[in-house]
Amino acid sequence: MGRRIAIEGSHAISEAVKQARVDVIAAYPITPQTHIVERLSEMVADGELDAEFVPVESEHSAMSVCIGAEAAGARAFTCTSGPGLALMAEIVFIASSMRLPILMVLANRTLSAPLSIWNDHSDAMLVRDCGWIQMFVNSAQEAYDHVFIGYRVGEDSRVLLPVMLHMDGFFLTHAIEPLEPVKQELIDGFLPPYEPLYRLHPDNPVTMGAFALPDQYAEIKKAQDEALKASYGPLLEAWKAWGELTGRHYGPVEGLYLEDAEVVLLTAGSYGEVAHIAVEEMRAKGRPVGLVKLRLWRPFPYDELRKALEGKEAVVVIDRSVCPGGPGGPMALEVRSALYGRRGPRVVDFIVGISGRDVTPEDYIRMIERVPELAQRGPEDYVFYGVKE
Amino acid sequence: MKEVMAIRFTRKNLPKEELFVSGHRACQGCGEMLAVRLAMKALGRDTIVACATGCIEIVSSPFPETAWEVPWIHVAFENTAAVISGVEAGLKALMRKGRLKERRIFCVGMAGDGGTADIGIQALSGALERGHDILYICFDNEAYMNTGIQRSSATPFGAATTTSPPGRKSLGQMTWKKNVPEIAVAHGIPYVATASPAFPYDLMTKVRRGAEVRGPAYIHIYSPCPTGWRCPPDLAIEVARLAVQTGVFPLYEVIEGRYRINQPKGELKPVEEYLKLQGRFRHLDEAAKTRIQERVREEWERLKKKAQAFPYEE
Repeated sequence: MGRRIAIEGSHAISEAVKQARVDVIAAYPITPQTHIVERLSEMVADGELDAEFVPVESEHSAMSVCIGAEAAGARAFTCTSGPGLALMAEIVFIASSMRLPILMVLANRTLSAPLSIWNDHSDAMLVRDCGWIQMFVNSAQEAYDHVFIGYRVGEDSRVLLPVMLHMDGFFLTHAIEPLEPVKQELIDGFLPPYEPLYRLHPDNPVTMGAFALPDQYAEIKKAQDEALKASYGPLLEAWKAWGELTGRHYGPVEGLYLEDAEVVLLTAGSYGEVAHIAVEEMRAKGRPVGLVKLRLWRPFPYDELRKALEGKEAVVVIDRSVCPGGPGGPMALEVRSALYGRRGPRVVDFIVGISGRDVTPEDYIRMIERVPELAQRGPEDYVFYGVKE
Repeated sequence: MKEVMAIRFTRKNLPKEELFVSGHRACQGCGEMLAVRLAMKALGRDTIVACATGCIEIVSSPFPETAWEVPWIHVAFENTAAVISGVEAGLKALMRKGRLKERRIFCVGMAGDGGTADIGIQALSGALERGHDILYICFDNEAYMNTGIQRSSATPFGAATTTSPPGRKSLGQMTWKKNVPEIAVAHGIPYVATASPAFPYDLMTKVRRGAEVRGPAYIHIYSPCPTGWRCPPDLAIEVARLAVQTGVFPLYEVIEGRYRINQPKGELKPVEEYLKLQGRFRHLDEAAKTRIQERVREEWERLKKKAQAFPYEE
């Protein structure tokens, strides 16, 4: 594509929101999401971006403003982190149930208490079942690209669902990375203005958000679940179109050395980058290891994951949060469900990098080396890696 | 503002068109739905309504039916002011960018007293402070009626509700009603008013003024609830009228910070006349009634002093 620039991850998102010609931005400041909205408010103040910037008094109102704006037919954007998402959660579920294609970047941050501004996926897992299309990105470029891909899929009249991009706080939001921006005319071709099927307008009055009795509620929920599953096709189409436009090809899972790997690491988000280094180091020493980076979280790509893990001896799941009192990490839970009842790899679950604790390539190597010891254990025997005891 | 204040509804220009239509499931004698109907007449078709969870929403929108002839949205309980802010921001952006035809569309938020004075006050304060071109109407029936008459911060002193029951150690509600119109005034917005369905032309006039004024407007409508207040349905409007005549709920406007009292002429009636029609005050003894009377008189004097100090002059 040509020009490469150095840009902070947050600002890559701001640039993409501008190029997506978003109409309404509503956000409340929370670390580590702040740089995204600071830059957006500058763009609006300078007339660089023609949008309404609504500086709301809470995350709950941020999502509520986005719902109102989308219902009026506007393209809306918000972003938040950890505790902000927790406050917003009620409305996050309503946004998908009302089928409004908002796009939200979640600069992943750990949930309180203790209060901590650092990164893990406890916030992402809080809204695991919110009915949004959800993806983990692992670079500024990927984050930038998926703003356009996300809006295109969410607004597709076959889909009509909100899209959440999980972007690790600090590791991705505050790191300066190379970015290849895409020319505006190409973006405009890829992502035309949003044309809703229904909008709040006096010329065609509609009632949105009517309440349902048990008699109808189950049907509505099933329709919503089917819509989320069916978004997979349009998502593949959008990735394909984006690949043709930019040369950057994406898919639901990304694999490394899967042809002959016996043990694979499975990551979601930025930890995949360091895991990648670890895998390369082990490969250089002749060890048959590989890596699976999970990009698409909802709808969950069962078939692709099974294909990626076929014939492997073990999969080491790098979980960035925990289900206390339950089956370990939520990522491993999903992987086990995908593999259950099949002859597949053993699942070894590590709870890693809670609240942003550093994980080095050596740590991944140590985890892989513990596979023989842990592989025969049950799901309740997950390991909190590197905890001082 | 002069043009806005020239708006006046009377018998002669009363719109015939109904935009909140019959068939909804409100209780007999519901003063709130009557007020909604009057407000919608005053607003007209070029209106978008965002409605909080509560009586209004529940009686009017059982899927797949609706009582609304205007575009309408319900999202949740506490966020109506934020939702209507979003609608307003969306329309503004789309019109500015030429994607929607320029046109004045009134953006109106509606909620009950719980959705306004309690759980929704943060979103309301944010919306008023940000200066959106919206009208927010609180339909105040002085408790959580939709969930079964639980007390809110707008429940008056002494009232019996299911969570402020009178007992050996309690008179019922032990706190004084939160003054939300004055909280709205404190935001420095261009228009604040109180209204009552017992004074329908006054109510409609204020609703239209609040919609027409540029910027945020807040209207607090006293909405008698025969079910929750334990009064006969045919006396709901009489109770609402007495609330005004006794000074329990005085009618006034605050136009750009300047007060204008719209009370009917004559001295205030004794509060006892208002209290005795409602079962929710039946348990009160003379001492409690005297306390209420004194408080009403003091609040009334305070309001009059404000109106003297900062009068609205046409």
